[in-house]
Amino acid sequence: MSVYQNNEVKEEETSRTLSLIVDNQPGTLARVIGLFSGRGYNIESLNVTEVDQKRNLSRISLVTRGTSMTIEQIKSQLLRIVPVRIVRDLTLEGPFIKSELALVKLVVEGANRVEALRIAGTFRARTLDVTLSSFIFELTGKPTKLDAFIDLMRSLGDTEISRTGVSAISRGNKTETKLLDQIQVN
Amino acid sequence: MDDKDLISGAEAVINALVENGVEVIFGYPGGAVLPLYDAIFQNKSLKHILVRHEQAAVHAAEGYARSTGKVGCVLVTSGPGATNAITGLTDALMDSIPVVCLSGQVPTHLIGTDAFQEADTTGISRPCTKHNYLVKNADLLCDVIHEAFDIASTGRPGPVLVDLPKDIQLTKIKYKQKSNKLQKMKPKPLSIDTQVISEVANLLINAKKPIIYGGGGLINSGPQASTLITQLVDLVDSPVTLTLMGLGAVPSNHKNFLGMLGMHGTYEANLAMHHCDVMINVGARFDDRVTGRLNAFSPNSKKIHIDIDKSSINKVVSVDYGIVGDCSEILKLLVEELKKLHNQKQIASKKSWWSQIDEWRKKDSLGFKQFGSAIKPQQAIKSLYQKTMNFDTYITTEVGQHQMWAAQYFGFSKPNHWMTSGGLGTMGYGLPSSVGVQIAHPKSLVIDISGEASFLMNMQELSTIVQYKLPVKIFILNNQWMGMVRQWQELNHGSRYSESYTESLPDFVLLAESFGIKGLRVEEFDKLESAIDEMISHKGPVIADIRVVKEENCFPMIPSGAAHNEMILGIDDKKNNTSEAGLALV
Repeated sequence: MSVYQNNEVKEEETSRTLSLIVDNQPGTLARVIGLFSGRGYNIESLNVTEVDQKRNLSRISLVTRGTSMTIEQIKSQLLRIVPVRIVRDLTLEGPFIKSELALVKLVVEGANRVEALRIAGTFRARTLDVTLSSFIFELTGKPTKLDAFIDLMRSLGDTEISRTGVSAISRGNKTETKLLDQIQVN
Repeated sequence: MDDKDLISGAEAVINALVENGVEVIFGYPGGAVLPLYDAIFQNKSLKHILVRHEQAAVHAAEGYARSTGKVGCVLVTSGPGATNAITGLTDALMDSIPVVCLSGQVPTHLIGTDAFQEADTTGISRPCTKHNYLVKNADLLCDVIHEAFDIASTGRPGPVLVDLPKDIQLTKIKYKQKSNKLQKMKPKPLSIDTQVISEVANLLINAKKPIIYGGGGLINSGPQASTLITQLVDLVDSPVTLTLMGLGAVPSNHKNFLGMLGMHGTYEANLAMHHCDVMINVGARFDDRVTGRLNAFSPNSKKIHIDIDKSSINKVVSVDYGIVGDCSEILKLLVEELKKLHNQKQIASKKSWWSQIDEWRKKDSLGFKQFGSAIKPQQAIKSLYQKTMNFDTYITTEVGQHQMWAAQYFGFSKPNHWMTSGGLGTMGYGLPSSVGVQIAHPKSLVIDISGEASFLMNMQELSTIVQYKLPVKIFILNNQWMGMVRQWQELNHGSRYSESYTESLPDFVLLAESFGIKGLRVEEFDKLESAIDEMISHKGPVIADIRVVKEENCFPMIPSGAAHNEMILGIDDKKNNTSEAGLALV
């Protein structure tokens, strides 16, 4: 422990989901990631894609861990990055939906093939590809649900996993449109 | 569009610089910036200062910016030109200095091919700039330059780099003027909460043991911030202390000024920080050099923090009131509110607080004894201050013991007259910085207070000084040691002086003369003052080699890992060894 650490009541670290609106331009993601690595914060999950072609904006959904002081610091530091326009703390704001997509390749033969399909059915996974010795399943939902599914698949055979990372959005009728309207279109 | 309306990208860049108020640019040419240099050659309103190393170009621009409040401007070539500038850019980032650095880049079609003098400049400089650009589309060139100046100079200032591929510099484009609206608009920050201002004013007026602690934000906010903070001090009749970056914001001879605080701050400043009941931090960032051990930092105070950068608030010290905004704006509201309260309320008596502070002052923590003929470094600075008080004197420093002694013994009465590398602690900052200061203030007295080791790090700039006939005075406190390294080895590493002796020093007088500069050497105390007179009165640049006591340490000191109230006044005062955790700190 550093002697420069604050000795206040130790607060538990919790998982927090942030949602950022950023300019879709080269280097923006590098800045965001560089901030986390440079200042020693963790990224548990990251997901980026353009969401507004007209304004050339992307959304970054990001899951990180920390005490509330650390999270406040992360949010303020993110806002210092010039192409980062909006930083929302979904965990703090209220109820929100967190969803992820996984592609799971399972190499399996014999009796386990039936078991694999049965589990996939239970989880409502879609079967995207079938060969005589393999399946590819697609599953969306909460990360914990994906974890459970992948664990089961692993016990049935050799697997290869591709996950998108968490995509998140707040519940209810609140939108960012007003904030976005302030952003000038280049 | 007529072809005659078209100009080269390089010409557009130079026009944009001029439109953004740039009068001087510090740089060094190379293959990838030849079109820009050609445009400079043909432009009469921009003065180019040729430095001798790109790091020095950035430091010179910093010196220019810090002494004028304007944006400093730099031009370097691709590859090594850009990588050499990185230290300077990091320095400007750490000290929040507005700088725009233009770097050349290989033509766009060669980017990524490991071409000659290619480097991933935007990649390398990303974490050490406030923002950077690689311009791949010539149509955006003018907008990018205008935006770079806005970003560098607004909010918390900082360095911005613009990487300019050579083909973009040669593309014919139409010049675009700066538009009124800021391009990059973030959703507006919250307006200042008047309720908070009034609560803070009440806290201050009722405080029995207040302290005002100011930093570099006061300097960056412009001279009015210095006036306002002094008004605040007077209204509250509070003691005030300043960080290394804030020196000059309150005149050093103000009766309430306790001197600098922090690791080498005064006893009274640090103890007042420790024992205060209300602390208001204006434009400082609770740096580790200031706070000492955090879990013992000012344990019983209500803390107020004013900063333009939200991320500075609650970063290392939790505060009761965090106010985000420009120092001047907030101080103005606070001063108005206090004036109102003054008419209604009795201000809490601070008699016992001041008598306590006077007790601490009696320790005379900056006291030293000049005896015999050997010159004490503290005395050298003190004499320099006394001799230059009546001039418009600008001081730059390098980094180390001499820097701390300069901060302790030189008094500053105005902002923007003190240029030192605070955050990054860059040895070799002072000499190039003095170039920028002297360019901005040709008639003023500019002194680089230096150490012999730091001086060697950028001494190639002597050539720049001679070329532009800059009458910079280089005042070297020569103790033949990397003094601060030696001091820490003495305190923390059993006096095992590993590699901290500066071997094979040049004869500084002969070195000066080889550049056609006046050289002086002083070894005895009784010749010190006349040498300083000679240095000041000489019209051109001077190197003064002041041979000082070699083993002198810089005190008082908060040992690493210790708290404000555990500071030591001298080597004999070392109550216990530095803690194990403290040994790991820098």
